[in-house]
Amino acid sequence: MPDKQQVVRGLQQILPRACVLHDEEDLRPYECDGLSAYQQVPMVVTLPETINQIEDILAFCSREKIPVVARGAGTGLSGGALPLENGILMSLARFNRILEIDTGNRTARVQPGVRNLAISEAAGRYGLYYAPDPSSQIACSIGGNVAENAGGVHCLKYGLTVHNILKLEVITMQGEHLTIGSDALDSPGYDLLALMTGSEGLLGVITEITVKLLPQPEAANVILAAFNDVATAGQAVSNIIADGILPAGLELMDNAAIRAADDFVQAGYPRDAAAILLCEIDGTRSEVEDQLAQAQQVLKTSAATQIRVARDEQERAKFWAGRKAAFPAVGRLSPDYYCMDGTIPRYQIASVLTRISELSSEYGLPIVNVFHAGDGNLHPLILYDANIDGELERTEELGGKILEVCVKAGGTITGEHGVGIEKINQMCVQFDASELTQFHAIKHAFDPDTLLNPGKAIPTLHRCAEFGAMHVHHGRLPHPELERF
Amino acid sequence: MNNDLSSGLSEQIQKAYADKTPLVISAGGSKTFYGNVVDGETLDVSAHTGIIDYRASELVITARSGTKLTDIETALAEQNQQLAFEPPRHNADTTIGGVIACGLSGPARTFQGAARDFVLGTKIINGKGELLQFGGQVMKNVAGYDVSRLMVGAQGTLGVITEISLKVLPRSERETTLTFEVGAAEGHQMLRTWLGHGQPISASCHYRGVLSVRLSSTENSVRQACRKMGGDVTVSDLWQQLRDQTHPHFQQRDLWRLSVPAATAVDDENDQLVEWGGALRWQVSRNALFDKAQALGGHATRYNMQPDSADEIFQPLQPAMMTMHRRIKHALDPNNILNPARLYKAL
Repeated sequence: MPDKQQVVRGLQQILPRACVLHDEEDLRPYECDGLSAYQQVPMVVTLPETINQIEDILAFCSREKIPVVARGAGTGLSGGALPLENGILMSLARFNRILEIDTGNRTARVQPGVRNLAISEAAGRYGLYYAPDPSSQIACSIGGNVAENAGGVHCLKYGLTVHNILKLEVITMQGEHLTIGSDALDSPGYDLLALMTGSEGLLGVITEITVKLLPQPEAANVILAAFNDVATAGQAVSNIIADGILPAGLELMDNAAIRAADDFVQAGYPRDAAAILLCEIDGTRSEVEDQLAQAQQVLKTSAATQIRVARDEQERAKFWAGRKAAFPAVGRLSPDYYCMDGTIPRYQIASVLTRISELSSEYGLPIVNVFHAGDGNLHPLILYDANIDGELERTEELGGKILEVCVKAGGTITGEHGVGIEKINQMCVQFDASELTQFHAIKHAFDPDTLLNPGKAIPTLHRCAEFGAMHVHHGRLPHPELERF
Repeated sequence: MNNDLSSGLSEQIQKAYADKTPLVISAGGSKTFYGNVVDGETLDVSAHTGIIDYRASELVITARSGTKLTDIETALAEQNQQLAFEPPRHNADTTIGGVIACGLSGPARTFQGAARDFVLGTKIINGKGELLQFGGQVMKNVAGYDVSRLMVGAQGTLGVITEISLKVLPRSERETTLTFEVGAAEGHQMLRTWLGHGQPISASCHYRGVLSVRLSSTENSVRQACRKMGGDVTVSDLWQQLRDQTHPHFQQRDLWRLSVPAATAVDDENDQLVEWGGALRWQVSRNALFDKAQALGGHATRYNMQPDSADEIFQPLQPAMMTMHRRIKHALDPNNILNPARLYKAL
């Protein structure tokens, strides 16, 4: 392990003193990201202010073989920005400037530390906005959004981060500057823009991002529909989409979530409903009118017990306030909660929710469901108390089981939160050894010494063998030379 | 009849990997013009066919790569759905694998997204002959690197696509074409204003003094937009001609495809056909347009070029970028046997 004093001295030679934090009390705020169950104080935190300083830090780490973890706002929910004990945490928080808003091309060029919502706020005066809206959008940074391929409520219609960015400036661990993508709609060569998006900080450090902006829709409104059971609500989701409607948002909340949110912000939800759907339609004024009528018709034939179209902007905001406050509202029900993030085909919603409820009883841990139903992106919230011995471990085990249910239903272990450190074991369930080996080969092309965010996102085969969930492909055990535990 | 040839394809690639034999990946053969000529043994994917899964309510279709584009479009049309990126149907043999490997998108691209935007998952065989699966059939998936989208436009140089899952979209209730007799610059400005105001535009084309705009939305919304925008309602097969590149402008020699920022100024001098709200321009030129496109912040592609030409088809990459491309190619195809030099002669 490198000697901390030497590392600090080395960094102080290339950075102003105030940009290098090394005292225990200064390091403590960086010990975790939005997933506070995992904590690790880094050896050193650096706060670069210029691109040259980023280059110098990477060159220093490359030379001294010190691992680096890049961090944005630290709101990630999978521990992707969890520091390493013997590594440097590089915060990009000071890269917080919007460099340019190009109204002709409807794009914004921003630094990675700019908050997601700040882009839409700045673009708003031109009638434009940035579409992806993760629930942490007040705080999360656009650099982190790219690293995680962040989503939000509007994904079904407007896509994820990967659909809404045009260009990245990237520095690799070997000091190469790459311009990935361009100001045009496509670029020659391989689609490295897609490869970088969602790569969880393992391939390069993003220093600038050009995002697409969309014109604010002329009109938008929301329908609240109530149901007697969750499965019927799940079926209604499929019916809406099969009818040719593409809602701007289609969210489902179960009874526990409805009550928690209503207690918290008085959203005016039907408190006795087993489930509600919020179906948002946006577009031109007449498009919204037409599709609201169509969606109400579908909801009626899908056995909704109550259908309410928001009467005005105020009521629309109230309906959404409940959904947006759902996580903190659930937080009031229990000392701790654990947010999962599996995605499944929509037709599996009903059966997977039933299985989740069975698992909840088996483990004796309550689960609240509030999620992006239109995308089939589940966010089961497991309620637990970290002060009870062993309850976090049981919660994590239950979470792992839920993800395995998602994979079995034809889905994935993460829709939008990323793998990070949290779901690294479930990667062994989702992918087989040859696929994981392929991922490592791609990592090697960018970062041959494995210094950028090592240990996250892609498990080693050794780790999968330890986890005991190695996917056996065609009946052949991969890598028979590896020791099993 | 067994239409799943993936294990045979995998064996052929394993053998080629062992012998270091270059392979020419081939299916419908409709896009041989779009890449350098590759010398090698043929790997024929055309009989690896079939729609594996399609549920309209899921907005997802999964098919083997040799499936003909027309078969996929027929299945989707029966459910009133479509491939919203409107890939060119160069001929009746065009396959979905070729469409995704070449990553070409049609007139709707600016407005509804490109081929890569609709790819949810793939099965591929890498250059070692390993059958690998990435992504899936769900709308959101961030487990592992996005290798599926990396395949789009890679023209088989990183792996042979055997199966693809694509997001599909409902067709609009109404489609109408409006035309306006205006110069290129004026038409460009009109489009910019309409797009900034969220008019339901799904395609645009300016060619020889006529701006054509396609509207796609609900009945009432299209009617309302027509009232606001003016122009003449026109019935034509223009969009089909542009999509399939059968329009007379595409039949010329020395045709260049320029992909540039949409707001880049246009004029009537170069006899350009301008699509995608200004972001795509087709121009005939005897001289290479690589430098010009780059100076505008975009890139150029030599389109209808002679197959044995010594010139590069695609915009040259910066040295650091080419180095990275070689390393990525090596990561997926270590013996350089999959369509070597098809994209770039040095790759």
